[in-house]
Amino acid sequence: MSGAAMARVRGQTPDYIIHGRCVVPGCVEGEALVTHDTISGWGGVSPMTGTIIESRHELNGVSFAGKVLVFPGAKGSSGWSSIFHMTRLAGTAPLALLFNVMTTKAALGAVVLRVPTLTDFDRDPLEVIRSGDLLRIDATQGYVEGWRTIR
Amino acid sequence: MVKLTGREEAMLAGEEGAAVRKAMELLIRYADALGAEDFVETNNVAGVPGSAPPWIKQYYAADGGDYRAVFSRFDLDADEVVDIPRMNAFSCHLQGGMDPMLWREQGMSEAAFDNFRSDEQQVAEHGIQLLKTCTPYLAGNVPVMGEHCAWMESSAVIFCNSVIGGRTNCEGRESTSAAMLARRIPNWGFHRDEYRKGQHSVDVAVPVDDVFEWGMLGYFVGDAVQDTIPVIEGAIAAPSLIRHKHFGAAAASSGGVEMYHMVGITPEAPGVEAAFGGARRGETFRYDAAARRSIYETLNSVGQCEDVDYVMLGCPHYSIEQIAHAAGLIEGRKVHSNSALWIFTSRSVKALADANGHTETLRKAGALLMTDTCSAISQAVPKGTRVAALDSAKQVHYLPAMMGIEGWYGTTADCIDAACSGKWRGRLA
Repeated sequence: MSGAAMARVRGQTPDYIIHGRCVVPGCVEGEALVTHDTISGWGGVSPMTGTIIESRHELNGVSFAGKVLVFPGAKGSSGWSSIFHMTRLAGTAPLALLFNVMTTKAALGAVVLRVPTLTDFDRDPLEVIRSGDLLRIDATQGYVEGWRTIR
Repeated sequence: MVKLTGREEAMLAGEEGAAVRKAMELLIRYADALGAEDFVETNNVAGVPGSAPPWIKQYYAADGGDYRAVFSRFDLDADEVVDIPRMNAFSCHLQGGMDPMLWREQGMSEAAFDNFRSDEQQVAEHGIQLLKTCTPYLAGNVPVMGEHCAWMESSAVIFCNSVIGGRTNCEGRESTSAAMLARRIPNWGFHRDEYRKGQHSVDVAVPVDDVFEWGMLGYFVGDAVQDTIPVIEGAIAAPSLIRHKHFGAAAASSGGVEMYHMVGITPEAPGVEAAFGGARRGETFRYDAAARRSIYETLNSVGQCEDVDYVMLGCPHYSIEQIAHAAGLIEGRKVHSNSALWIFTSRSVKALADANGHTETLRKAGALLMTDTCSAISQAVPKGTRVAALDSAKQVHYLPAMMGIEGWYGTTADCIDAACSGKWRGRLA
């Protein structure tokens, strides 16, 4: 994520603010990657590249490395957390997680990823946030500020 | 913040050693992430503790690159390496990476086998039982109604919750490894009464009376209700352990179902009201002849070529009843020279199959009975495999996509016929 782009918007009023519950605390700024499909860990993600490999997934072939991953929730095998844990080791982890449906897979995955994570939002992030938006996430305080890059 | 008992405070303070302290620290982060108010005690944990491929050990080379390093840094997600004692809970190792005898046939290298064997020795030395299966309930770990468990493996989780009435969420590697030490797991989700109630109805309008039919119904149900709890009623007949096993594995794969109710069949559904915890709610999905045909076609949509070069049975791991059935079907016949038949089970069930002569019957026919793993877990298929035949909806869901091969779904008899003729002849009756 380009620091320059973030610096440009930093003085401006955000286009939207979404409040949520803290899952993993922390603050980060970065670019959004949004999917309306749930994500499988084991069998759905290649940890070496941070790429979604599930066939028929709308992000098939796309890497979430260094992005704020905005998604409905986790599905599939109980290997979810360990696959995302491996992305942390491989340097391909997402920068932060924003998801709607709380499950043990998503919670544990977020914990071992050690990235700022929010859930239980006052507005559906899948309706508001678009891929490419610049986000400032304060998971500790429980909010996301977003700036549109394409208007 | 999660509330701690005095005992849990003591564990966090390190009174039971550094490893238990690190385990509690991880479990507290996890409980807070979930929003759990407190912990439940568990003495039944099933996971994949400490085993790791060489690249993960290499990653922790500065910490020693051994079992202790991997368990501390990866399993407990700790920033430092601590001594790992014997586990405190009844702890079981689920499926592993290869067959301990037939690993060469599975295409594994000598180096991979050495890594596997050294991990396994460490697992045993840490007091973890080597069940080496996705079906712990067939290999010596059968929970009882209401027992709080911490299990991995989606097909075992759904069996535990639905068929037995045990209580577990779909746990992960790190939470189960921590629970083995701390004997705690967050009191959230399926540990709580209110979470275990039905959310949608499924009306079964065509007879579902054998394992092939139960597998298709499971695949339909998961696709319909996704990760919610279905209440299934209607023409479901002849429930048995293996039918539930295939139904649950399929529903957990196509949707992510972690618990289901079958009215009059599963223990928490004596009636519709009990299953829903009150009035019926949600949507109603109907499984009729058209839905059945559509599921069969979906499961066979990755099959084009009728020349079958691999037949895999044992997803989830076969029971002794299923091995006996397969041995009976193939006795006196031969696996075709263009094909191969591998059947997967646990080590304890294999010992029984050996004693009964089933392993020998299969061997004489040219089939192999393997343990510990499966083709999807190990990404191991016979060399040159292009078209597989499977009697498991779950395996059809995963294996062809993972290996880039074609796949057929049929009855066990269809699959044995394909192994012996090299041709797929399965049809929907």
